[in-house]
Amino acid sequence: MPLGFITVLLVCQLGGEVVARLLDLPLPGPVIGMLILFAGLVIHGRIPDGLQTVAGGLLNNLSLLFVPAGVGVVTHIGLVAQAWLPLTVALVVSVVLTVAVTALVFARLCQRLGMPPEGDAYKPGGRV
Amino acid sequence: MEGELYRIWVYLAEKPLMGLTTTLLAYQAGQWLYARTRMFPLCNPVLIAVTVLAGFLYVTDTPYRLYFDGAQFVHFLLGPATVALAVPLYRNVAQLKRTAVPLTAALLAGAVTAVGSAVGLAWLLGAGGQTLASLAPKSVTTPIAMGISESLGGLPSLTAVLVILTGILGGVLATWTLNVLRISDWRARGFAVGLAAHGIGTARAIQLNEVAGAFASLAIGLNGVATAVLLPLVVALLT
Repeated sequence: MPLGFITVLLVCQLGGEVVARLLDLPLPGPVIGMLILFAGLVIHGRIPDGLQTVAGGLLNNLSLLFVPAGVGVVTHIGLVAQAWLPLTVALVVSVVLTVAVTALVFARLCQRLGMPPEGDAYKPGGRV
Repeated sequence: MEGELYRIWVYLAEKPLMGLTTTLLAYQAGQWLYARTRMFPLCNPVLIAVTVLAGFLYVTDTPYRLYFDGAQFVHFLLGPATVALAVPLYRNVAQLKRTAVPLTAALLAGAVTAVGSAVGLAWLLGAGGQTLASLAPKSVTTPIAMGISESLGGLPSLTAVLVILTGILGGVLATWTLNVLRISDWRARGFAVGLAAHGIGTARAIQLNEVAGAFASLAIGLNGVATAVLLPLVVALLT
């Protein structure tokens, strides 16, 4: 693991936290940190190999990083109990509708504007 | 012998090693099961790991705080990992620029659907005002969602629960939804899953396709900003 690029990520995150608090922005520090790193890459003009390695290592295991928060949430599941029926129905239906509407608007508009589709995800085994 | 084992357990339960190791074990068990069932959606590794660990804490009567002493090392990496999303974003910047118009339209349609469908349904089924305010930002990444919830008079802690549940549901249901609709475009699939199910959806997208991952990463930030800006405005107009 290239230590220098781990430091780069942490410095961007720290910068993001500082900016978010100084300017009282409604964005979390890490998201601003992402914008800072993105700006850095635009200025630098390419992605250094070491950064590629570090980012790949983290992002390939991104699902794992949500597990501790997920466990915390399940231990607070009682909060949902008082309105469990409306909340369950709303969450399940809304997530399906949101995915459907977003994807359809994007795909149909690309078609309308004459942009060719990118990829062939809908084949047996196409998954997101 | 039993007393000896108990002493070892008490010793280990107090150490961060326990929380960290069980987190990695449960997640890898989830990944193994997911691969074995040929990616059956209900065997989503996050869902499996969270269920197994919550059950483990319950059975062993371990407080969450003690577990988190170890698990925090994993949790901490969420920050740098979010920063690292700039890399796939930069690598696909040409694609993102080219699709600026469909992206903007899909963002607005998706953000309105995410809030409107959830709040509308819960209201029809009799949920109260505070619950509705806590539910409204559920598709937005946790820190932004908690801020929105608080400003609308919701309960940020309930919002945190609903956000994570939305992410897990998105991981479980998105593939099926997109396949039923025969959406073959990785950009559309990624953007939709990132918008509806924030980081947890994005994590899935990144593992499957690089372009989908970049569009999902972008969707987290854009939907966070769109909802944070638009929702208080709509509420102010309606009340």
